Amino acid sequence: MNMLRMIVTIILAGILTNNYVLSKFLGICPFLGVSKKLNTAMGMSAAVIFVMVLSTAVTYPIQRFVLEALGLEYLQTIVFILIIAALVQLVEIVLKKYIPTLHASLGVYLPLITTNCAVLGCAILVTEDYSSAVYGFGEGYVYALSCAFGSGVGFLVAMAIFAGVRRRMESCDIPEALKGLPITLVAASLVAMSFLGFSGVVHM
Amino acid sequence: MAKKTISMRKDSQEDSVAVIEEAQVTQTENEAAPAEKNAPAPESKVKAAETFGSAMKRGVILENPVLRLVLGTCPTLATTTAASNAIGMGIAATLVLICSNTVISLLRNIIPDKVRIPAYITIIASFVSIVQMLVKAFAPALDESLGIYLPLIVVNCIILGRAEMYASKHAPALSALDGLAMGVGFTTALLCMGTIREILGAGSIFGAKLPILSSQPVLFFSLAPGGFFVFGLLIAAANKLSKKNNLPVRNGCGDCPAAATCSLSGKGGCK
Repeated sequence: MNMLRMIVTIILAGILTNNYVLSKFLGICPFLGVSKKLNTAMGMSAAVIFVMVLSTAVTYPIQRFVLEALGLEYLQTIVFILIIAALVQLVEIVLKKYIPTLHASLGVYLPLITTNCAVLGCAILVTEDYSSAVYGFGEGYVYALSCAFGSGVGFLVAMAIFAGVRRRMESCDIPEALKGLPITLVAASLVAMSFLGFSGVVHM
Repeated sequence: MAKKTISMRKDSQEDSVAVIEEAQVTQTENEAAPAEKNAPAPESKVKAAETFGSAMKRGVILENPVLRLVLGTCPTLATTTAASNAIGMGIAATLVLICSNTVISLLRNIIPDKVRIPAYITIIASFVSIVQMLVKAFAPALDESLGIYLPLIVVNCIILGRAEMYASKHAPALSALDGLAMGVGFTTALLCMGTIREILGAGSIFGAKLPILSSQPVLFFSLAPGGFFVFGLLIAAANKLSKKNNLPVRNGCGDCPAAATCSLSGKGGCK
């Protein structure tokens, strides 16, 4: 029961208080780049959730049983980025072959995710937050996966809200110098400010 | 095989922006200069100095990676709560950029075209690990404040972007210079933003308290929303100063750093 409560807390924290995009600045490029339309924003977010959970599911055991067991923690960065890159390629090939409909909707976004800092950031952060010093493997693994899922959903929520904001902005009269990216960033600032209101709601 | 790829790359290079073209034309001229053994030494020295100056101007002003090309937004927003953090991040990224550009340029004719992106990522990740260990050993306080963003230099678009756009087409010395110039441009933009945010958000500069501001700091600027806000206004100011709205004209995907990994690039691009 305690564990279930912890899982719900982790997921809520990932969505509201520790939102990767709006409070940790991870995954800003897709947040600014593909949030023009709601459906592309949703496609990108779905791909991010998918890859984030999958890569954490692979990297967390590798950190525990390979890198830490052999004292190779300093190779973490290089090992994780290669695993994520290989995984994204693999997922693309598998989807193309067996689930072409899903590939048609997610496929476009998959290669972009290799260099998305939210995915690598999540894989590294969970090994620090749910490290072997505090949690056993089973417990840590479950928490790490829920953290990946929660953060992915947080990304989706931020993208969905921001896509709406940007649509409204299209009909606005904007000063010449602020047109384009600057006003988008100022709008992102306001969305991030609204998320500050959640701080303290979830206690970890 | 190798010759083919080189010629293909040169073709794609021709599509790039006029600004880049100009800069590259001057640089290819200079690249050719050292090859002429009979050329008088002083002249080539003057040319080298020009290259250094023009490369710096390009990296810091014309094609500032943060304010003009808008690459590497994540570390820009995350590590600029204080000016000292911004400089630390800038120097770390510059080191990685110089080393990875040099090595990628040295290996540019050996790496097969199809696997170049994984190869680049591996090279970049190795240098990031080295820098990470150096920072941990010699500047533990910086390591503490940069945290997750230090390993995340791996996925910083500036580094992969320069590898793909510049180092894979130019000689090692020029690539190292380009890395230095882009790194200095990155550091300058970060420092600019870090100073503004530290003065307004914490009422201090490089940790030294300022008289009136420190009693009433505007917390907004230290928090996440302030990062977006200051960044937006800085880009607006850069646009205003350069009298050109938004980015330099993008010519399809030829100029986009993500083009190599983007599946849309084969289908006419995302715009």
